[in-house]
Amino acid sequence: MPSYDVMPDVPLFQPAEIGDALNLVEQFGKGGWVLGGGQDTYGWLKDRAKQPTALIDLNGIEALHGIRQTDDGLEIGATTTLREIIANPLIKRDYELLASAASRVASPQIRNVGTLGGNVGQDARCWYYRRGLACYRAGGNLCYADSPQGMNREHALFDASRCVAVSPSDTATALVALQATMIARSVNGRREIAAEDFFVGPATHITNMTSLEPDEILTAVRIPSHWAGSRFYFEKVADRDVWDFALVSIAVVMTMDGDTITNSRFVCGGVACTPYRLHDVENAARGRTLSDESGDALAALASQGAKPLNYNHFKIPLMENLVRRAMRG
Amino acid sequence: MNPNLSRRHFIKAVIASSVAAASHAGIQSASAVERHRGAVERLISLNINGRTRRVDVLPQETLAHTLRYKLGMTGTKIGCNRGECGACTVLINDIAHYACSTLTHSVRARAVLTIEGLQSTDGTLHPVQQAFIDELGPQCGFCTPGQAMSAVALLKENPKPSREEARQALSGNICRCGAYDHYLNGVMRASGQS
Ligand SMILES: Cc1cc2nc3c(=O)[nH]c(=O)nc-3n(C[C@H](O)[C@H](O)[C@H](O)COP(=O)(O)OP(=O)(O)OC[C@H]3O[C@@H](n4cnc5c(N)ncnc54)[C@H](O)[C@@H]3O)c2cc1C
Ligand code: SF4
Ligand code: FES
Ligand code: FES
Repeated sequence: MPSYDVMPDVPLFQPAEIGDALNLVEQFGKGGWVLGGGQDTYGWLKDRAKQPTALIDLNGIEALHGIRQTDDGLEIGATTTLREIIANPLIKRDYELLASAASRVASPQIRNVGTLGGNVGQDARCWYYRRGLACYRAGGNLCYADSPQGMNREHALFDASRCVAVSPSDTATALVALQATMIARSVNGRREIAAEDFFVGPATHITNMTSLEPDEILTAVRIPSHWAGSRFYFEKVADRDVWDFALVSIAVVMTMDGDTITNSRFVCGGVACTPYRLHDVENAARGRTLSDESGDALAALASQGAKPLNYNHFKIPLMENLVRRAMRG
Repeated sequence: MNPNLSRRHFIKAVIASSVAAASHAGIQSASAVERHRGAVERLISLNINGRTRRVDVLPQETLAHTLRYKLGMTGTKIGCNRGECGACTVLINDIAHYACSTLTHSVRARAVLTIEGLQSTDGTLHPVQQAFIDELGPQCGFCTPGQAMSAVALLKENPKPSREEARQALSGNICRCGAYDHYLNGVMRASGQS
């Protein structure tokens, strides 16, 4: 794949006020490209695979940055960096799951600048799509990955519809597990979206991985206190520990009564186009204790309904084993 | 007030009109309006290795490009140009960044430190540079400036890191010669721990 020396010629706006940023995204519509840390963006631009008409850098807007306590949990501004999330004492204490997930993103330098908004807003990592091919996700009418010769080792087991790409975001699984709320704004107002509805699959919207409209900016993510300090488990399996995206990851929250699980959410990354909830596992986990026996029983439920492609069968035992590991006492 | 003033105004106007022409009919603009909305002006001051440099920077330009091709500071390497190798690592306000994946316009008013800025004015090498030499870190040397900058960032934050902490801190820097252990030995030596 050619990597051009320089970025394409595109105007840059660095508004200092949220109102100016909202006007800009409204005005440029689909051509306006909002910038957090830019770490997902620059590859698209350097490869000429996406051609926005304006970059709108959000980092100068103070109101979008930082971590605040609220009446019911935490609010994390959209341009807060992953580095800041990992180092934050409140997140470490109450929502360690999110810090663990963020600390597995990419590399230190990328976490130093990559923002939470950019991490959840990033686009699919399917190499055919990234290459700029006119597949379904790019508005065309075929899928290169789901074809007899297609290389689909990293693609989806569940919920595919024409496109078989997976959700690339490591923080997304943690946010769905923690029942976060995403706050979006446009010139027309403000919208709260449950994390679970924020990430959308190809059956809903084939050219967009989130339910954000082109004129909307994600301003913050709220984490409710509901799961604060509960039992967490996060694990990401990738080819290398640095840079590589999850082959499969798991984010688990559990409330316990003594040794017994009273409530839980199990969410896998890398297996569907959105963070994928293991509802059957959650139901079966209630009333169980953490043990290898429980792990074996739940693992069997994890991958029910999986539809593997030519090269991604290995993700099935991987999912099952991650559930086993989450259930170790 | 300063001799660049008229030139600055000239460039601002050029940029504003090219923005309007290149992108969107809705933006018919005098430069004042564009500036209010946050459009960037091209001639900017950068603080690099403690010196102020005036540079004409395109809106989309990366810091690696500005350093190498505008300022002739070729110590910062470009390996992959896409955030996957670390050869371009520089410090911005003491934090390690990939210069290939940083817009130069986003570092105005921030302090950039490159490999050229590590040695002291009398030519004495930075302890990290000296330790890398002593531990035979550089093989081909291409990744060395990036490894050094990641090591310097770590030691600013954590002067006595464990080897594991050093391993994590340098994990965003690939060395195709595989001299990872030499660089880690260098970090331990530079921090006075070996
Ligand atoms: C080599 C490499 C490895 C990577 N590995 C991983 C990995 O292991 N795990 C992982 O999760 N990610 C990974 N990434 C992807 C990405 O760089 C990071 O996820 C990073 O956190 C993205 O954040 P950003 O702020 O830099 O994104 P940006 O590039 O700034 O933004 C990404 C997208 O989100 C949109 N966006 C950003 N902020 C907002 C907002 N406030 N409102 C609306 N839209 C917004 C942008 O318009 C853009 O489309 C990797 C990237 C690279 C280059
Ligand atoms: S998996 Fe999705 S993104 Fe990849 S080629 Fe198929 S349609 Fe395109
Ligand atoms: S050149 Fe910047 S990370 Fe490779
Ligand atoms: S010394 Fe050759 S790449 Fe590291």
